[in-house]
Amino acid sequence: MINLFEVAETNRMIEKENLDVRTITLGISLLDCIDSDLDKLREKIYQKIHDAAKDLVRTGEEISREFGIPIVNKRISVTPIALVGGTACRSAEDFVSIAETLDQVAKEVGVNFIGGYSALVSKGMTKADELLIRSIPQALAVTERVCSSVNLGSTRTGINMDAVKLMGEIIRETAERTSRQDSLGCAKLVVFCNAPDDNPFMAGAFHGVTETDSVINVGVSGPGVVKTALEQVRGENFEALCETIKKTAFKVTRVGQLVAKEASRLLNVPFGIVDLSLAPTPAVGDSVADILCEMGLEYAGAPGTTAALALLNDQVKKGGVMASSYVGGLSGAFIPVSEDQGMIDAVKAGALTLEKLEAMTCVCSVGLDMIAVPGDTKAAAISGIIADEMAIGMVNQKTTAVRLIPVIGKGVGETVEFGGLLGYAPIMPVNSFSCEKFINRGGRIPAPIHSFKN
Amino acid sequence: MKKTIITVVGKDTVGIIAKVCTYLAENGINILDISQTIVQEYFNMMMIVDTAGASRPFGDMADELAVLGQEIGVVIKCQKEEIFDKMHRI
Repeated sequence: MINLFEVAETNRMIEKENLDVRTITLGISLLDCIDSDLDKLREKIYQKIHDAAKDLVRTGEEISREFGIPIVNKRISVTPIALVGGTACRSAEDFVSIAETLDQVAKEVGVNFIGGYSALVSKGMTKADELLIRSIPQALAVTERVCSSVNLGSTRTGINMDAVKLMGEIIRETAERTSRQDSLGCAKLVVFCNAPDDNPFMAGAFHGVTETDSVINVGVSGPGVVKTALEQVRGENFEALCETIKKTAFKVTRVGQLVAKEASRLLNVPFGIVDLSLAPTPAVGDSVADILCEMGLEYAGAPGTTAALALLNDQVKKGGVMASSYVGGLSGAFIPVSEDQGMIDAVKAGALTLEKLEAMTCVCSVGLDMIAVPGDTKAAAISGIIADEMAIGMVNQKTTAVRLIPVIGKGVGETVEFGGLLGYAPIMPVNSFSCEKFINRGGRIPAPIHSFKN
Repeated sequence: MKKTIITVVGKDTVGIIAKVCTYLAENGINILDISQTIVQEYFNMMMIVDTAGASRPFGDMADELAVLGQEIGVVIKCQKEEIFDKMHRI
């Protein structure tokens, strides 16, 4: 039977170490809403999401109360809208009207974000894909809760460099359209290589076409729990370090699995996956960078950071995999800058640069995330950074992503404030040498040799 | 059987167990196990209870026990057993 110490340990994790379930994300397929009439399409989308998600928030709160564990976000992901809206939309404005419908239904059912304003263009863009991409700046400016993502490459297809070039321009335009809110639109826009179909985390969540009609995916968190556990093994060798992370990750993930199964049962929706990610927040004691410091680094970004992160990421997976019957999504450590107080401190101290972050993305689960760059960063430079990150994902057969925020009107040394879970960030310098001729070549980068496994 | 874990944490005082047990008895909740310890004058108690015969829904019981805790000056939490079981047992 459970004893007092085990109960106290669990409750200490929740109360003092910020253990929470970061998100319950309900994936909803909109493929059966497709219609050539835009008004009918919007009506069907509204109805389908509303019917499927009307009990989501209430159920999440109920589970939270029964187990005494905070469930921070309740969210929705939908089929990439470029696929859903292709036959009805004739212009970028038509796509924007779908974004408005998504925003409206998200507000109606009470979720804080809805993901899936997306296009999958890893090899080529259809007319609809391109229209959707071109509509992103306006869509993110006129909506509040819609998140957008674009998959630009994969290990199997290579990198669509035409789309990479276009996204550099789109990110800039999104920043300009939302310049009054410190370019907040860009915080809701992410580009991927090897985007997973079942990611529950925003801004990159969408409901892939390989998925069933609706599905529950859960993202756990708990950097503070790992950090506190590591305080007990200060000075001990790597075996002790790794074992501690693994055991802690197991415990954290078990909570996610429990919540996912319970949500699936109560909503009568199949359970999809648990995403094992260590997701930080700007709250003190909820930082991935602090774990790296606890391992023995003065700041995240110091020599040894990539090795420490690689170790952390691997042990989180090893512990988590056994704790859940199905694991998926991004699964690993997130290293956003603005959403992690330890990362912010490292940037301020001069320990962490964009280039070091890029190296870190080779061994962790996502990529260059929530990084504020100067407002005068050129579109080609953004495309170049994206291309580098896509190449890392393509060659290493992993998901990589870029969520950069060129903060219009601000420069290096200034700070940008997004508020809430999105946090705040010091603006980081970008290498100012040109890559314009490279980006302007057009076409695509072929898939790497090791993708031909057939 | 529907097992719930009730934890009571706070400064030690006379009658904590009595008041909690009275509430449980009045609401048809059966106590299966109690363990309790005092750490540095702080009262730590865990009860395993069966809420299958409870006259109140889980949410109401949790709220009322939380209010009772405030009256006594302790923190009372109710959580379904599964969260501990899943975390600490393979």
